[in-house]
Amino acid sequence: MKIIVCIKQVPDTKGGVKFNPDGTLDRASMLAIMNPDDKAGLEAALRIKDEMGAEVTVLTMGLPKAEEALREALAMGADKAILVTDRVLGGADTWATSSTVAAAIRNLDYDLIITGRQAIDGDTAQVGPQIAEHLNIPVISYAEEIKIEGDSVIVKRQYEDRYHEVKAKMPCLITALSELNVPRYMTPGGIFDAYDEKEITVWGRNDLKDLDDGDIGLAGSPTKIAKASDKVRKGAGERINFGTAESVEYIFDKLKEKHII
Amino acid sequence: MDFALSKKHEMARSLFKDFAETEVKPLAQEVDETEKFPAETVAKMAKAGFLGIPVPKEYGGQGCDPLTYIMCVEELSKVCGTTGVIVSAHTSLCIDPILTYGTEEQKQKYVAPLAKGEKLGAFALTEPGAGTDAQGAQTKAVLDGDEWVLNGSKCFITNGKVADVYIVIAITSVTEDKRGRKKKNFSAFIVDKGAPGFSFGTKEKKMGIRGSSTYELIFEDCRIPKENLLGPEGKGFPIAMHTLDGGRIGIAAQALGIAEGALERTIEYTKERKQFGRAIAQQQNTQFKLADMATRIEAAKLLVYKAAMAKATQKVYSVEAAKAKLFAAETAMAVTTECVQLFGGYGYIREYDVERMMRDAKITEIYEGTSEVQRMVISGALLK
Repeated sequence: MKIIVCIKQVPDTKGGVKFNPDGTLDRASMLAIMNPDDKAGLEAALRIKDEMGAEVTVLTMGLPKAEEALREALAMGADKAILVTDRVLGGADTWATSSTVAAAIRNLDYDLIITGRQAIDGDTAQVGPQIAEHLNIPVISYAEEIKIEGDSVIVKRQYEDRYHEVKAKMPCLITALSELNVPRYMTPGGIFDAYDEKEITVWGRNDLKDLDDGDIGLAGSPTKIAKASDKVRKGAGERINFGTAESVEYIFDKLKEKHII
Repeated sequence: MDFALSKKHEMARSLFKDFAETEVKPLAQEVDETEKFPAETVAKMAKAGFLGIPVPKEYGGQGCDPLTYIMCVEELSKVCGTTGVIVSAHTSLCIDPILTYGTEEQKQKYVAPLAKGEKLGAFALTEPGAGTDAQGAQTKAVLDGDEWVLNGSKCFITNGKVADVYIVIAITSVTEDKRGRKKKNFSAFIVDKGAPGFSFGTKEKKMGIRGSSTYELIFEDCRIPKENLLGPEGKGFPIAMHTLDGGRIGIAAQALGIAEGALERTIEYTKERKQFGRAIAQQQNTQFKLADMATRIEAAKLLVYKAAMAKATQKVYSVEAAKAKLFAAETAMAVTTECVQLFGGYGYIREYDVERMMRDAKITEIYEGTSEVQRMVISGALLK
């Protein structure tokens, strides 16, 4: 069984987000990490590998620096790593990204593709399903449990207050939620192997076939960003110290005052 | 001469830091308070490969170098000195001598499960009457047919009772030199928990590293197979000394980690704590103290890493290890004491980590060779 896991190196948003004057993310000033949903997807693939044997290939499109995220994936137990990087691919939106990643995947054999649900920097949740569309294979999004049964996958798909159980024949694509699992730690020996033993395959524009120049990079991105902002910070709140009944009354008054109820 | 860490070492450090912050730090205070051996953490470390870092892969280890192992002990000790010494005693004092002196059968039988963390290791040299004067040890081993019979007791044994495999140093013969002076000849043995006649005495109640399991070991006609002799008969003392050279680098890393952890917390605290209308970090007294501590820690780190590199490349590294341990341990004690001072009254309260760190620091000046022993080793080499 061959599994491809698509990952993205993203800025760690734990300490807040910083922007350049032009509204784009100031990636240089923020620590880079493997996107959490993608890491859960990788863990899911590695668990399938542990249970039934599989070859796990991690793939990312990004700056040369994204190699670090691939090494981390190798140190966790992935077998192969591919970095798609080229100046002409820069500035890609979800359409250009999914077109490019799908073209890279066409170079590979696979039974299953796992992506994260969404990246914490863009929060679009579009790239995974779009890759599946480009490859003309089924997609099951928001996976909170994955089981392999013969040549099919059975996925618990998160759906508001319930879940759907969806079965699909492979090859197919699954988008993973970070709630899917707790990703394993790298091992020290895995880190040494990732640097000393394993190679990262690097592909540029010319390695990608069946890909229209109009579908890549900034020029091939229909999305135009009007404005980008960090999450709005909540106010400090008000602390009250009354008895229960009095507190409830006070809160009701406040909510009425603000026309919330 | 390049002082920068390689990318793989940087990544290993980020792994150890992440693990320490996520898995170890939240339990550190409880481990100290309850004196409970952190068995769950040890199981997690086993799974993550932390119990066999410098061990070749063919023996179930991670195949990394001593520096990587040292950084693991350092990062763990930044948040919990107890967890740091568990890894250090297991790796340096139990696995290392078997790897260095063991037969192929001993390595296959013992190193593999130890490196995978299926078993935990310990080392027993010290006796009630034999600390710095290790030659004063009384525990004896006599060959009886196909078995060695051990009698005596060992004290202050780290990982005591929780460990499955013990390296035990015992007298196997007494010879006389030309002038008629008696000389004890020691040998090293591998003793399994559960060997007949092997039991545990009292658990020590300690000032610091309180979650570390420190026990007395008792051997009463304890019988172990003949093949559990480690290294040549009569070579136990040099084996023990060489083992301690490696162990000292581990303890130096523990001391370094404790000092770094205390300084990190103190920097945070001095920025928040206000006196005379401003943060105490804005007072020059605080600034100078922080600067001195950071400088001293950096110097200790260079000595510790240099010793780790010496272990990787040199056959003998006693002096490097002694200097690293001496300086790192005294740095840990001085820095944690100063950190408590900067915390003022709060530093004396057990709720604050620096209080625990100051107690944990003290042992690094004592075990695996006191600071005085390190000075003996260093000056001995100078005056040779």
